[in-house]
Formats: sequence, structure tokens, C-alpha cells
Amino acid sequence: MKEYKTITKIAGPLVFVEKTDPIGYGDLVSLRLPDGQLKNGQVLDTSHDLVVVQVFEGTSGIDKQSKVKFLGDTIKLGVSEDMLGRILNGAGKPIDGGPDMIPEKKLDIIGAAINPYSRDSPSDFIQTGLSTVDAMNTLVRGQKLPIFSGSGLPHNEIALQIARQAKVIGQKEKFVVIFAAMGITNEEAQYFMKDFEETGALAKSVVFLNLADDPAVERLVTPRMALTTAEYLAFEKDMHVLVILTDMTNYCESLREIGAAREEIPGRRGYPGYMYTDLAMIYERAGIIKGKKGSVTQLPILTMIGDDITHPIPDLTGYITEGQIVLSRELHRKGVFPAIDVLPSLSRLMNLGIGGKKTRDDHKQISDQMYAMYAEGRDLRGLVAIVGEEALSEKDRRVLKFAEAFEDKFVRQGKREDRSIADTLDLGWELLNSFPVRELTRISPELKKKYYKGVEQ
Amino acid sequence: MDTGTLYRIAGPVVVAKGISARMYDVVRVGNEKLMGEVIQIDGEKTIIQVYEDTSGIKPGEPVMNTGKPLSVELGPGLLTSIYDGIQRPLPVLQERMGDYIKRGVDAPGLNHEKKWEFKPLVKKGDPVKGGEFIGEVEETPGVMHKIMVPHNASGKIKEIKPGKYTVLEPVAALEDGTEIAMRQLWPVRKSRPARKKLTPQMPLITGQRVFDSLFPLAKGGVAAIPGPFGAGKTVSQQQLAKWCDADIIVYVGCGERGNEMTEVLKEFPELTDPKSGKPLMNRTVLIANTSNMPVAAREASVYTGVTIAEYFRDMGYNVAIMADSTSRWAEAMREISSRLEEMPGEEGYPAYLSTKLAEFYERGGRIIPFGTDKEGSVTIIGAVSPPGGDFSEPVTQSTLRVTKTFWALDAKLAQRRHFPSINWLTSYSLYMDTLEPWYAQNVSPEWRGLVDQMMKILQEEEKLLEIVQLVGSDALPERQQITLEVARMIREYLLQQNAFHEIDTFCELKKTELIMRTILHYSKLANAALDHGTRIGSVLGIKAKDRIAEAKFQKEYAQLISDIQKEMDKEFDNL
Repeated sequence: MKEYKTITKIAGPLVFVEKTDPIGYGDLVSLRLPDGQLKNGQVLDTSHDLVVVQVFEGTSGIDKQSKVKFLGDTIKLGVSEDMLGRILNGAGKPIDGGPDMIPEKKLDIIGAAINPYSRDSPSDFIQTGLSTVDAMNTLVRGQKLPIFSGSGLPHNEIALQIARQAKVIGQKEKFVVIFAAMGITNEEAQYFMKDFEETGALAKSVVFLNLADDPAVERLVTPRMALTTAEYLAFEKDMHVLVILTDMTNYCESLREIGAAREEIPGRRGYPGYMYTDLAMIYERAGIIKGKKGSVTQLPILTMIGDDITHPIPDLTGYITEGQIVLSRELHRKGVFPAIDVLPSLSRLMNLGIGGKKTRDDHKQISDQMYAMYAEGRDLRGLVAIVGEEALSEKDRRVLKFAEAFEDKFVRQGKREDRSIADTLDLGWELLNSFPVRELTRISPELKKKYYKGVEQ
Repeated sequence: MDTGTLYRIAGPVVVAKGISARMYDVVRVGNEKLMGEVIQIDGEKTIIQVYEDTSGIKPGEPVMNTGKPLSVELGPGLLTSIYDGIQRPLPVLQERMGDYIKRGVDAPGLNHEKKWEFKPLVKKGDPVKGGEFIGEVEETPGVMHKIMVPHNASGKIKEIKPGKYTVLEPVAALEDGTEIAMRQLWPVRKSRPARKKLTPQMPLITGQRVFDSLFPLAKGGVAAIPGPFGAGKTVSQQQLAKWCDADIIVYVGCGERGNEMTEVLKEFPELTDPKSGKPLMNRTVLIANTSNMPVAAREASVYTGVTIAEYFRDMGYNVAIMADSTSRWAEAMREISSRLEEMPGEEGYPAYLSTKLAEFYERGGRIIPFGTDKEGSVTIIGAVSPPGGDFSEPVTQSTLRVTKTFWALDAKLAQRRHFPSINWLTSYSLYMDTLEPWYAQNVSPEWRGLVDQMMKILQEEEKLLEIVQLVGSDALPERQQITLEVARMIREYLLQQNAFHEIDTFCELKKTELIMRTILHYSKLANAALDHGTRIGSVLGIKAKDRIAEAKFQKEYAQLISDIQKEMDKEFDNL
């Protein structure tokens, strides 16, 4: 294989190479520095005159004497079942001191789109044990449901609790977690690893770690590595895989960095115009395929910059994912854990996973009723601040009290508290029983008859 | 064939040298013959957008010019099909490539082997012109697919015979020797001509109360439905696709979620058309280009959809096309444009964004086709996904300039589970006056009056709520408290509709009318009771008014509503 010494320009994470043979777009590149160090990269732009290479480990130390080798193949990841229980770096190399893994096959990490016709519709209810998720924003198998958080909010704890408690009631298929960290701090990584070890979860997990001081460009491959592994375990080894990606904000920053280095015309807030497509190629790798036993469920985490949900990262994410779980600084300050604000949260696939046979017949209506009451209660709080509680009608006062109780009893729960869906729904009724039956307009008479035990029969 | 070589590859945009192509010619790129389209010509360089992934393609690989623009196959077999953005049937792709969409597979839009029963509508010696019908095929039970003379042909029929034919076999010949097969090709970026263009006059009945009453859309009209994520765009679009009274539905999932498309694919075949009682799928063409499929094909998917819609329009059908979402389409244009290093307009979108949007929406309309005096129409309903829910962004604004019905989705309403979350204060329909005679004649002469009163009360509520914010509702005069209550009833009993309830998902116009009447009936009685000095508490405590909600969920509603009215009268008498 030819080695080129024709580097003409090095800028940011990019290396420009001249006078090459025809090189394939997206091909893997190996660079040898004068001191013998090896670096990897990928072709971003190729023509007869010039090839642009993006270097994963960063360009520090590369000079014009460095040798460039084009490997003639796109980036692949060797996968095998032995990956379970292992800790890998962001580029898929083991960093836990364990032996090298013998890959069963090598897969292209870019991943092709699943033919919509081959997909099966997600419909298995995943019980996370968190009332706000199970009752109000139900997660189903094959869904991609991100957590929109802010800096300093307990998204990691919530993600871990979901990973620990998630189960499909009455099924015993193999359930594994793939954890991909992009640009998180060493301390956060330690926190995750400690929890994994303590709970024994590591044995059924694959961990990809790209830490804050690892090269930013590597972040672009980390989620793809994780998802390639997930697809392999799900669709070839019949496992149910939960993929946690944290933090997608760091991923997008890397994307912007590359875009800037290529002198592309920037889109909103400097992020590249193709960020939607790029994110879609990550998030869309969740789902179920007809005739396959496994599934890929995604739980990406992103921190909203300045708590702004209209920032391009949460905005584009929300347009691709099937809903979102939004954390609230206000609830967090009040000391409510998990600080999930149900109002802006949503699960688009909820209706597929709930109801008589899957959870309980009253699930949908009780959720709608609590949404409506809590939304009204939150509005009333604003009003109370102006006119005082005395000016409110009887009904308004009930609603206001409900909103308090909802946050205090329904949203709040312990970090190890695993509520069953029946307990969660019963708890909902307990709160709604404080209303006269006629004020529960979102619940049908039959269900009220069956479950309502409130002040006015 | 005109062949050149690849010079540069950077993502979905590639540069070729040595071919002399025209703009928008389809070319075959590389050894794998990936499909692409010429989008710029610069000296000896031809710039091509490729509809498939370009990884691994090298400079120097061959490029072939087919010399033809991107076209769709039109003919029997379109209905019930599920296509990707460039009209490749997804089931065929699955058969040939497995569960993942790979590249380099060519699949015709129509099944070339299947035989269709052809019935002639003209006989030997009849003179025919382009667009006129020469025969028909029962494509799906109840849907007659007219076979048209291609637009560039005319003459006398020399030969025509009934029988079973594939779409490629000639079913007729003209005296000048032109053979006519059932399949036609049509370039997607060119709109199909019509004998005469008309203005819309009839409503597209959607079965959704908020649309049919407050913000109606005309057959042949264009509507935009913008909203932030989570406001219910997709559910609204799907509800329209399921229940609107068009003859043919083209549903374009443009850059949307895979799982949602699957839901459509799974659900539509199970649903029945409320009019014909046959499966809804029989009148539907689905186009699915999910967000992770190649971006250039996403750009094409909207054109593929509207061309198919125009084709059925030319048979004298009312066609509705849902594009979900046009923002993804605009973003695809932006992505391609930025790769071409074009000078960007607002927010990085190309300067020609509004022209392209206007051109697309102009393809909607009511027309008289060449082949029949029966009118056909294409109604376009475009979803828009404004970033951050901000309607001032370029795609929403450019869309608003050309659409006449605006259904504004509101995240706040969605959060309190008010569905469909159409904001009644910002939405509008410019078809109200045009459609008034139709409603007066077909539903009730008072329809417009009822609708206007609903809007008036809702607008009054908005003003009152501002006061309530300051002083609390108990401080309002009694009459205004009644207005607030009536407005609540309008919101909950008329505007809210449960898409997932088997009865409520579709509401007849008559039922909508009765609900409006009953709400106003209460309003009248309540105000009269106040005149007689009745206490506000007992007027608000009337139990019958809350039973209106029950009518939404009943199939036999007429009796129930009349009972509720009687009960209401009785309760008021007792006060």
C-alpha cells in the first residue's frame, strides 16, 4: 500500500494531501508521524488534486513530513459477544486492561437506514419504575427518547436509575446496556463505572468512553461504534439493547468544530447545515425489525445550552426523536428527584405501549387528566402570585393543591425506589380523589366508577 | 451514451468532468451506477447530487448521462404502493437488499409483470388527443384508473382491444403508428397541464371539528400546518390522510421518523374508508423517505408525490397530498445548496427557497382535465416544522405567502393535552367566504352564523382571561363568567377531539353542527336566566351541559343531543 508524503496544509483537525491516486470518499486513513506515532483519520473530500482527511486523534505533532496511508476501506468495528463486560475507548479499543477481543465480524460503523417497510412497530411497554416516565411519558421498546437536561441537573442519576430498573413485565429475554460517553469528565465517568460495578450491571454492558480530554473528533465515531454494537447484539444475537448516549451536546460541538475547520458555510448558531441529517443517522438507529427478536432502544442525554429548548441541538433532536423527557431546574431547586417536568415532556409512542392488555385500562385517561390538572395548577401559581390565594374559586384551590401534591408525591421518588405501573396509577388516583367526580372531565364514566374513591361519589 | 469521469466527491454532491449534460438530467455515478441528478453546470464541471450514499466512491470512476430528467412511472399499480423518495418500492428493496437500505439497486416504480384487465372507452376510428381517456382498469376495488393518451400524442385510434395487459404492453395504437401503453413517464419537476384552471369551491371535509368548522380547507386549496415538535403535526396529518373525503391520498413522509412511517404502514391497511367501507389503503400512495435516508432523495420525494397526485387529478379525482414535513425538504435544499457553496439567503437557506416553495404549492388546485368534464383537484397540506416553534423563520414565512389556510399548532395547548392543538386565535382560513354557500346548501343555512359566534366567544374569552389574570374570575361580572364557561365548553366539547377514540376520531358535519347549536343553546338559556335574576352558581351548575361531551363518543348522537337539550331546558325551568 502506497505511503504519501504530500501533505500541503494542516488546519484544526484536518490534513490536506496532494497528488494521490484516486482515493475513495469516507475511506479510513492511517498517518505515521516522524516520531513513529500512529494516528487514524477519514477522508472527507476527495478529488484528483486534493484529499481532505479528518484526523480522529487531533493533528498535534503532525508535520509535512508525516506519511499518509489510505487503507481503501471505510471505518469498521470488529464485533463479538465478548464485548459484553468490557470498557472501550471512544474508538473501540479496550482500555480496561483485559485481553484483545476476537471479532466475529467486522461491521461498517456508518450503518445503513432501516427500510421502513422492514420495521416493526414498537409496542412493548418498558417499566422504568419512575412514575413520571411510566404513567405520563411511557417508554416503549425500540423507541428513542432523549433526556433534555441542563448543566448541573441530575440527568446521569436518572439515566442510571432507568438503566437499572428498566424491564418488560413478564418477559425474560436478555437485556443489555450499551453506554457511550462523549466528552464527559473523568469524574462523571467514574460515577457511571462505580454504579455499574456496584450493581453488577457491567457484566451485561458494553462501555465506550470518550472523555473530555480525549480528541474531539473521536467523538464523531463513538456513538456510531456504540450503535453498530447495539445493532449487532439486537438483530444478530436476539438481545434487547438499551443505548445510553451522553452527552450529545458534546457530539454536536465536535461536528461544528469540523465544519468550521473545513470552512463550511455555517447554519444556525454556527452548527453545520447538515446537522439534522447527521443526528438523524444516529437517532434513527433505534427500532425493531420484523422477524428479529431483539430491539434497540435509545436514551440519548443532552444538556440544553442556557436551558434553552429552542437551541439547535435540542430542537433538531426533538424533531427526530420520539418525544423527550425534560428536566426542570425549578423542581431540582425544590429538592424534587427525579426533577422531570412532565409538561414539556412527551412520549410519541406512548399510545402504542399502554392500555388494558399492556398496562391498565385507565392509563391513558388518568395520564391526560393529570396533565390537564397539573397544567392548570401551574398557571394558577402565576395568578396566585398576583392576586393571592383568597381570590381563587374553590375549584381553583383544589387544582392548586393538586399541583403541589403531584410534585411532592407523584414526581418525587427515591433514587432506589422502583414503582410498579399499578402502584404508579393507584398513586395517581389517590391524588385525583381530591376532586369531585364531575371535575374529572378527561375520564370516562365507566372508569370513574371502577377506580374513583374520592370525596363525592 | 454520454460518459465522463468523476472528479471530486464530498458527501452527497459530486463533480464530474467530460459529460455534456442538461440541467436536471439523471446520471449514473460510479461503478455501482448510483442514481444522481445534475444540479449545476460550471465550465467543464458538472455538479451532481446523488440519491444514494457515496462512501468509497473514487475520483476517476465513470459517470453516465441518461439524457432524461428524473421521472416517475405512472400507471396502474401506484395505489397501495409504498415508495422511497425516488419511487423505488420499499417491499422490492427489502427483497433485494434485506432489512437495510443499501445502494446500487434499481427498482421500477410499477410492477412490470403484473397483468391488468383493460377495458377500452373508445373504439377504432375515434379521434383522441393528449390527456384523453382511452380505457380504464379497476386498479383497486372501487377505484377506476383511467388510461390516458400521452400529452404529446394525438390522432385516430387504429386498434384497441380489451384484455389483460402488463403496463408496458401496448393497449392501443394510433393511425400514425404511435403505440400507447398503460405506463407513462413524467418528469417530476414539471407540473402536468390541465384544460382549464378553476377556483376552489367545495370544502375538503376532514371529519375534524376544528378544521371543518372554524378553519375549513377547500378541495384544490393549499394549507400549511406549522408547529414545534410535540405539538401534534404528524397526528394531524395522519388524521387528515385517514378521514378526509378525497378520492385519492398521497402521503409523503419527508425526512421524518422511521417508527412513525412504520405506524402508518401498519395502520393504514387496517383502516376502512368511512365512505366506501373498503380498506383505506386502496386509495393511498405512501412515500417514505426517513430522516436518515439520503438527503438528495428527500429533496426529490415531495416532487414525486405531487406528480403522482396530479396524475390522478387528471382522471377527474379529488386528490389530497400530505407532505410531512416541508421543512425537512427545505433543509435538504439548504444542505445541497451549502455543499454547492452558493451564497446563502436568510438563515442559510438558498435564496430561491421561496420560489421553490411557491412553485410546489402552485401545483395544487382545482382543474378540468383534458379527458373528462368531471373536475379534478389536488389539495396540498404541508406540515412545517419551524425551529424552536418560531413562526418568523423563512420556511414558515415563505409558506404563508402562498397558502390560504393556516392551521397553527401550539405547544402550550399540546402540553395541556388539548388535541388537536390548533391555536384558534392565530389560525385562519381564507376559504370561509368561498365555502359559505356550500355549507349553507349542504349542512345548514345557519352554519356560517354558528361558526362566527363560536369565534366571537373564543376571542372574547381571550380578552377576559387577561382580566382574570389580574383580578381572578370571581371578580368578573356574571355575564362574562357565563362567556368564560361557554368558551370552555367550545374548547372542550367542540375543538378537542380524540384521534385515538374509535368514534370521536371522525366527526360528521351534522354532529359538529349539533354540538355548536347545543353549546349556543346553553349560552342563550344561561343569559336569559341571569335576566330573570337567577344566581350565577346555579346557572353554572347545570348538569346537562357537561353531557355534551358524551355526544362526541356516541355513534347515534342525534337522539342523545336532543335529549341533552331537553334536559337542559328542564333544568333551567326548575331554576
